[in-house]
Amino acid sequence: MKRRNKILILSLLGVCLIAALFLASAFGAVSISMPDIFKMALNKIAIFDFPTTWTAAEETIIFQIRLPRVIGGALVGMALATAGVLFQGLLRNPMADPYIIGTSAGAALGATIAMFLPISLAFLGFGLVPIAAFLGAVGTVFLVYNLARVGGKTPIISMLLAGVVVSSLMASIMALLITISDRLHLSLHSVYSYLLGHISVTGWEQLAVIAPLVIGGVVFARFFAFHLNALALGEEGAAYVGVNVERDKIVILVLGSLLTAAAVSISGLIGFVGLVVPHAMRLSFGPDHRLLLPAAALGGGAFVIIADLIARTVMAPAEIPVGVITAIIGAPFFLYLLRRTRKEYAF
Amino acid sequence: MIGLEINQVDFSYFDGLVLEDINLSVKAGEMVGLLGPNGSGKTTLIKLTSGILKPARGEIRLDGNRITDLSRRFIASNVAVVPQQFHIPFAFTVSEVVTLGRTPFFKALAAESEDDRQVVDNSLELVGIDELAERRFDELSGGERQKVILAMALAQQPKLLLLDEPTVHLDIAPQMEMLELVRGLNIERGITVVAAMHDLNLAALYFDRLILLKEGRVWADGTPKQVLTEAGISEVFAASVRVEVHPLTGTPHIVVMPRVNATKRQ
Repeated sequence: MKRRNKILILSLLGVCLIAALFLASAFGAVSISMPDIFKMALNKIAIFDFPTTWTAAEETIIFQIRLPRVIGGALVGMALATAGVLFQGLLRNPMADPYIIGTSAGAALGATIAMFLPISLAFLGFGLVPIAAFLGAVGTVFLVYNLARVGGKTPIISMLLAGVVVSSLMASIMALLITISDRLHLSLHSVYSYLLGHISVTGWEQLAVIAPLVIGGVVFARFFAFHLNALALGEEGAAYVGVNVERDKIVILVLGSLLTAAAVSISGLIGFVGLVVPHAMRLSFGPDHRLLLPAAALGGGAFVIIADLIARTVMAPAEIPVGVITAIIGAPFFLYLLRRTRKEYAF
Repeated sequence: MIGLEINQVDFSYFDGLVLEDINLSVKAGEMVGLLGPNGSGKTTLIKLTSGILKPARGEIRLDGNRITDLSRRFIASNVAVVPQQFHIPFAFTVSEVVTLGRTPFFKALAAESEDDRQVVDNSLELVGIDELAERRFDELSGGERQKVILAMALAQQPKLLLLDEPTVHLDIAPQMEMLELVRGLNIERGITVVAAMHDLNLAALYFDRLILLKEGRVWADGTPKQVLTEAGISEVFAASVRVEVHPLTGTPHIVVMPRVNATKRQ
C-alpha cells in the first residue's frame, strides 16, 4: 500500500477517535452541547479564551467525571486491540484474543486476589491490583501457550480449548472468592463489575499511570511490525528470514500481557475487542502489521468509547456493563469467523 | 559466493542419533543434492546448515565462521531456505510475501527503501511471477506458491540457497520448472545450492554432485554417475532398480523393477 494511503487511513481513524471522544463527552445524565465542550477544552489548554456559556457544574462533570471515563475507555480499547493483534500475529491464529485465550481472566483473577490481600501498597493511586493483574496475565498466557503446544506447533483448536478451560478455571476461582467475600467485608460489587466489564476510572491520577503504559506499549509494539509480518511464515520461516524467534516470542507475549493487564485493571473483563477490531482492520486494510497495529489501536479506542456510551445511555439511569455490549456485537462476529474458516477445525 | 564446512557433526532429537559424524565440505558455487530415504536425516541436515538447529557435537562453518557465533539476522542475509511448503494464515499478497525476504535488512520503524522495492521486483521477475505480484498468496496453486517462496528467498540476496524437498508437493511440470530456475540461479548468479531431494531421477538431471545418506551417515558422495549405482540404491533404499542412461543427457536414469508376480493378472 502506498505511503500516502496509509497516512490517509490513519488520519481518518484518528478523526473517528476524536469524534467519538467528543460525542461520548456530550451525552450522559446531563447533556452538554458539543460547541461548549470544544470551547471548554480549548480554554483549558489555554489556547483560546472563550466567554463562559456553561455552568461550573457542567465543567466539573466534563473534566472530573466524563472525560476521565471516556479517555479511560479509549485506553482500554487501544490496549485490548493492540494485544489482540500481537497475540494473533505471534500465534498465527486469527482467533487469539486476550479474552478468549484467557489472558484477561488471568489478569482479573490476579487483581481479585490482590483485593483480598491485607497488604495495601498504594502507589500513584494504584495498589497491588495492577501488578497482580499483570502477573496473572503473563502467567496465564504462558500456561495456555504451553498447554496448547503439540509437537512444536500451536494448533488453533488446542489453543481455543486450553484458553476456554483455563478461563473457566480462573472464573470459578473468582466466583469462589466472591462467595466468601462478604465474610471478609470485601466489595462484592467491585468483583462483579470485574467479571462483566465496567470502565471505572476514579480520576486523572489513575489515568496518569495507565496512559503511559498503554501508549508506550502501543508504540513499542510498532517496533515489532516487521517481525510480526515474518512470523506469518511460522516460527521456522521467521527464523529463516532473520527473526530471533525465541526472544521475540517472550517480548511479544509479555507486551500483550502488559497491555491486557493495564486494560483489565480499570475495566475488568471486556471481551471481543481484541478480536473484532483487528479483524475489521485486517479485512479493510490488509494484514501488514505496520499499518494494522496503529489502525487497530485507533479503531479499538473509538470502539470501546462508543460501546461504553451505549452502555451508560441506552437504559439510563441504569448502566449496562460495557462487556455485555461488546459481547453482543462481538460474539456473532466470532461465530461468523469460526464458520467461515471451519475447514481448519475439522478433527 | 559462500563455502560450507560441516565437521564431525552429530545431532539427535529425543530418541537416538539422527545424524552421526557428518563431514562435508561444499565449495562456493556448487550445486549439491542430498538423497536418502525418509528419516535418513536430509531435512535435519538442512536445518542444521541454516542454523535453526544446533549440532550436539561438531561444528558448521559458513565461509570459515562458526554458524553458532553468527546472529540470525546475519545468517539470513547470506543464507536463504525454501521449505517443502509454507502455510500463511493471513491474506498477504505475493509482493508482500516476497518483501518478507527483506526482513534482515529492515530498520525497525523505517519503511522499506527504494532499494528493497527494487530487489523485490527483480526477484519476482527472476522467478517469472511479476504478473502475480498483487494476487493473494493463499489463492495460488502449489507450484505458484513455491515460486513465490523461491522469490522471497532470492529477495534475501543469499549466497547459499538451501532447499528442503522443494518439489515434493508439486506435479511434474512445476517440479521441473522449479529445478530449472534453481539451476539457472546457480549457473548465472553463482549461488551455492544445497537441496534435499526425494526424486532420484530429477536429482540426477539437475545436480553436479549428490550425497547419499543412510541412517544419519554419509553413504556416498560424488557425481550422479558415482552415487546412483544399482548396488547403492538397492542397499540404501531397499528397492530393486536398474540404472539406465538418460537418452538426452547421458546422466543415470533409474528404472524401478517390480517383482514379476506382482504385475501379473490372475
